[in-house]
Amino acid sequence: MSLPVSLPTDAIFEAKEAGIETIVCITEGIPTLDMSKLYWWLRLGSVTLIGPNSPGVISPGKSKVGILPSGIFKRGAVGVVSRSGTLTYEVVHNLTQAGFGQSTCVGIGGDQIIGTNFIDALEMFAGDDETEAVVLIGEIGGTDEQDAAEYIKSDFRKPVVAFIAGQTAPPGKRMGHAGAIISGSEGTAIEKIEALKSAGVPVAPVPSRIPELLKKTVENH
Amino acid sequence: MKIYEYQAKQFLARYGIKVQPGDVAETPDEAYRIAEQLGTEVVIKAQVHAGGRGKAGGIKLARTPEEAREKAEAILGMKIKDITVSKLLVLSAVDIESESYAGLVMDRRTKKPVFMVSPAGGIDIEQIARKTPEKILKYPVDPFFGLMPSKARELASFLYSDRQQVKRVMPILSGLYRMFIENDCSLAEINPLVVDKEGVFWAVDAKINLDDNGLSRHPEFEKLRDPEIEAPQERVARESNLSYVKLEGNIACCVNGAGLAMTTMDVIKYYGGEPANFLDIGGSSNPKKVVNALRIIKTDPNVEVILFNIFGGITRCDDVAEGLKEAILELNIGTPVVVRLTGTNEQEARKILSSMGIEVHTSMDEAVKCAVALVGKERR
Repeated sequence: MSLPVSLPTDAIFEAKEAGIETIVCITEGIPTLDMSKLYWWLRLGSVTLIGPNSPGVISPGKSKVGILPSGIFKRGAVGVVSRSGTLTYEVVHNLTQAGFGQSTCVGIGGDQIIGTNFIDALEMFAGDDETEAVVLIGEIGGTDEQDAAEYIKSDFRKPVVAFIAGQTAPPGKRMGHAGAIISGSEGTAIEKIEALKSAGVPVAPVPSRIPELLKKTVENH
Repeated sequence: MKIYEYQAKQFLARYGIKVQPGDVAETPDEAYRIAEQLGTEVVIKAQVHAGGRGKAGGIKLARTPEEAREKAEAILGMKIKDITVSKLLVLSAVDIESESYAGLVMDRRTKKPVFMVSPAGGIDIEQIARKTPEKILKYPVDPFFGLMPSKARELASFLYSDRQQVKRVMPILSGLYRMFIENDCSLAEINPLVVDKEGVFWAVDAKINLDDNGLSRHPEFEKLRDPEIEAPQERVARESNLSYVKLEGNIACCVNGAGLAMTTMDVIKYYGGEPANFLDIGGSSNPKKVVNALRIIKTDPNVEVILFNIFGGITRCDDVAEGLKEAILELNIGTPVVVRLTGTNEQEARKILSSMGIEVHTSMDEAVKCAVALVGKERR
């Protein structure tokens, strides 16, 4: 769903009441308090919410929900999970050009509270036979990447390569996305990169280096 | 959005939480008059969005109106963490018997508002959390039930052992929670929460951050915004629906999408350059946005190169190119422009820009390298 900011809370509510099981919300800017309620209420009803502030989900060659530009994707074995929109396109574009097709790409959204987080997406990739490796694209703000690193270390068996946006972002300033803010000492790119590296996940310094890193990681796995 | 202590206290007072009588002063004479009216010993507090005001000398006690005027004169104009003090809060002083902490934060990990209380009030909560975490009780509140009385009692009992005090602090905790919810806060703190010699509770200091996503349903909060603390470019950006953050470098960037905009900054740094800003023109296809973006960039005297990084999706590359063309002509941009365009309507965009003699790159890395190489060279 893509709607004016005053409507998505009601629209998500209505969709769940109508029995919709998977909701993709493109709109950003839902009040965080509404998201807190929606998050727990949807979980009770086993409804999957992707977003808000998500570009959508695509399984190239099969199906797409959202605003992702289909042309850059190619069917293959890499799963992509990202908090961003156009940065996802950038990474996918690099992957496709290097010959890595994608199984499924999901933009989980840039807001503070989102319905599907990294761990939820990684769990789905773990159970998906078509996904052989994963590219995780995080950014400053919050601790979702650190939590994902913990999960990867203990439970995730497929190779993962990561990129974290906002290495040069100043603290205390919101960088576009509602969720992209370093608060106090929490949420920096450095701490996320270190958490991922200590979980054995190589982190690319720039997106263009992801394909070579992925190639190496898959070969050594 | 951050609001000042005096504004935060007006919020708290509406929920039955006691705050000291007083008023805001912008001149030493105003401070004198407020102190005279109060007729008590007063505290004079700098109103700035920064911690450590006390240490910096931004909070002072005055026994007489004359003293209030002197102290106000000393604090006004002083710099606290690079912010010049232009407003003071003059309040009746409180006789402190004991201090505690009560706060609420919208927590991303538990996805609930989390209540935090600590009997160790008056110091920064992050410091308490690091040094003596056993002195904090955290409770994620169920957003549907809110703060139930049983939980309010549990939190209150962590703060005080005296039954009378527990009973008195409970309505303060529930008031704070209602205030947080009804006003879409992302943070609300009373620190310290003071008990005076008569056993009365006072919110002696308060901090409230409002959820930016919640502002849409509280249009009246717009008047709480202090235009002086926002860089003028950031205000223009907000008004034209762009996200802009000024940085210290000389390569301006103009990007569609926040993640890609942050990444562009990182890539500039990776290739040895310094980004001048974060700028996300968003996902729409409006050439006017590009013109506004360039208008903002043009006000930054440090900028030596302007880098466009556009990955077209719902943003059409030709719309961006049209905007760029319009801006260069209208704003008389003399700074070199480097453009990277990929995606929707890329060919049309290329045609528009090549007619103006602008070279278009297809890879972000190539465009960034080109921009970095242009820094320091003579302007066109």
